[in-house]
Amino acid sequence: MTAPLEAAEPAAAQAAGPAGDDRPARHGVLRYALTKAGGALLSIAMVIIATFFLFRLLPGDPVRNLAQGRNMTPEQLDLERRRLGLDKPLTDQFFDFVGQTLRLDLGTSYEYKRPVLDLIGERLGPTLLLAGVGLFIAVSLGLWQGTRAGWRPGSRFDRFSTATSLVLWSVPTFWLGLLLLMVFGAWLKIFPSRGIESVDAPDGFGYVLDVAWHMVLPCLTLVGVVYAQYLLVMRSSLLDEVGQDYINTARAKGMRDDEVRRRHAVPNALLPTVTLVFMRIGFVVGGAVTVETVFSWPGLGKLFYDAISVPDFTLMQGTFMLITVAVIVMNTLADVVYHILDPRVRSA
Amino acid sequence: MSAITWTRRKRALGRFWDGFRRQRAGVTGLAILVVAVALAVVAPLFIDEGVTSVVENTGPDFAPPSLEYPFGTDESGRSILLMVWWGARTSLLIGFLAALVSMAIGTILGIAAGHFRGWIGAAIMRVTDWFLVLPSLITALVLAAILGGSTFTIIMAIGVTSWPSTARLIRAQTLAVEARPYIERSKALGGGHWHITTRHVLPNVAPLLLASTTLEVASAIVTESTLAFLGVTANKTSWGTMLRGSYDWNAAGQGAWWYILIPGLCILAVVMAFTLCGRALETVLNPRLRGTKA
Repeated sequence: MTAPLEAAEPAAAQAAGPAGDDRPARHGVLRYALTKAGGALLSIAMVIIATFFLFRLLPGDPVRNLAQGRNMTPEQLDLERRRLGLDKPLTDQFFDFVGQTLRLDLGTSYEYKRPVLDLIGERLGPTLLLAGVGLFIAVSLGLWQGTRAGWRPGSRFDRFSTATSLVLWSVPTFWLGLLLLMVFGAWLKIFPSRGIESVDAPDGFGYVLDVAWHMVLPCLTLVGVVYAQYLLVMRSSLLDEVGQDYINTARAKGMRDDEVRRRHAVPNALLPTVTLVFMRIGFVVGGAVTVETVFSWPGLGKLFYDAISVPDFTLMQGTFMLITVAVIVMNTLADVVYHILDPRVRSA
Repeated sequence: MSAITWTRRKRALGRFWDGFRRQRAGVTGLAILVVAVALAVVAPLFIDEGVTSVVENTGPDFAPPSLEYPFGTDESGRSILLMVWWGARTSLLIGFLAALVSMAIGTILGIAAGHFRGWIGAAIMRVTDWFLVLPSLITALVLAAILGGSTFTIIMAIGVTSWPSTARLIRAQTLAVEARPYIERSKALGGGHWHITTRHVLPNVAPLLLASTTLEVASAIVTESTLAFLGVTANKTSWGTMLRGSYDWNAAGQGAWWYILIPGLCILAVVMAFTLCGRALETVLNPRLRGTKA
């Protein structure tokens, strides 16, 4: 591969800029960050515009399609259309929509009769808790197991890990949830099958334990589906490092095997993996929607699902935009952080 | 086509098959796929839409597996075995067609982005990157919900949200192919855009395309079942809608494990088969992976 070339680049960059003058580099990072931020803003603008057209211009009548198979009278349909401003000229609708969105006014929910932003604010906490804890466990477990598997390719542990992750990778998230629900919720009755808290939840520390107890199954489902890909990516990026010259050099110096792994191979393999973790954050979000639906977890994903099944047009549009924008922001951050961390990319 | 070309192609195919045959997992996957597709195709010879009808089926509700109902029955006394068999048609059809749509968009835009440098290529990549960053399941859900559930809209919703990674892959490959001298020769001989992209680039990216289509079908089937579970369906029985039914009717609480297990195992088996096949194809066809242990 192009490894020798890549390795030569930072050396060349250092030779070009002696006397420890790191100003150009830092300047480069800032410019890079600004470019990326500009790109992200453009993407967000595209999301807002696309949302507008998606919800108003697609063939057919969105209100009718959403109401498909549900009991709504023509008067109700008409009322819904007027409430959404669908009877106004399109240009007026567009500027109204963009103006409101920029002022963070996402409209009022049809189902809950409350501002969409308030609803989202209420549901944000449970989602961040579930997705955060799930992501943390998935990343730690995936990186650890991927490292062990990739360091000894072909070993029993490696074969076992690869096989497990292929199975988990093929399992639909919701089905894994249903299985756990059936085994631990319905048969063994060890864990609650729905919600975030018991009806008679105690206060204080007891409440924390109660929530944690409710979180076990949803979290397990999310981790199970998400961590497989981290494992595979970490394994393959470690495999890329194993054959490199610097690893042989480190061995030749007489370092112990796990020291070579810990101090040389893993830090280099970690970089692409961690970026990928953040780049694929959209996948985690999709998983969260499914998991929250299966376990009736009162988070953003459940809110989004409910909006689709009611159907609640404004709520659906608001949650869609918020989730998408959040994913774009996180991807951009990951991009910039990667740029700062990896000298090879920085000098290129 | 001259005889030489055909001999050469036949030989290349033979080499490819030799390589593929050595991938044990890939062959297993292929075998499962052949069986699954064959079963789905011959289904109408033995059963019909009637197996999904609540009225026509009068078996006991939630009956455990028995001789009469090898995989048990659901909440309306329908045989899970027959439902799974009939549902395979919808699941596989949507999986294949959605992957095809995704591949078509990805290939056309990928080749265009790689072939036309300058602002056209840049604009296409900008759009691709934008689609890449969108959470695909969420977007597919919104699309399918707004367009209304039919087989066609579900296929489109999955296809339109899953093409960007293919486009990137194909673009990279196109750039690599177009850097070769024979493309320059072809241009010098008067080959236009159409000639170069269809006669030189497309055949060169085709092997990679085959591998990634196979993987794409796997993920399209998973997406279809997830959409169906989340209530956005084509109103036809598929493995996803069956699982939705098991959730709605609280099969877990009723102890009807077969209702949850069987459709899910079908999804798992088919998706794993596609994944194994795709990985084996990748190993055989991707020159970068050739000869490495991974």
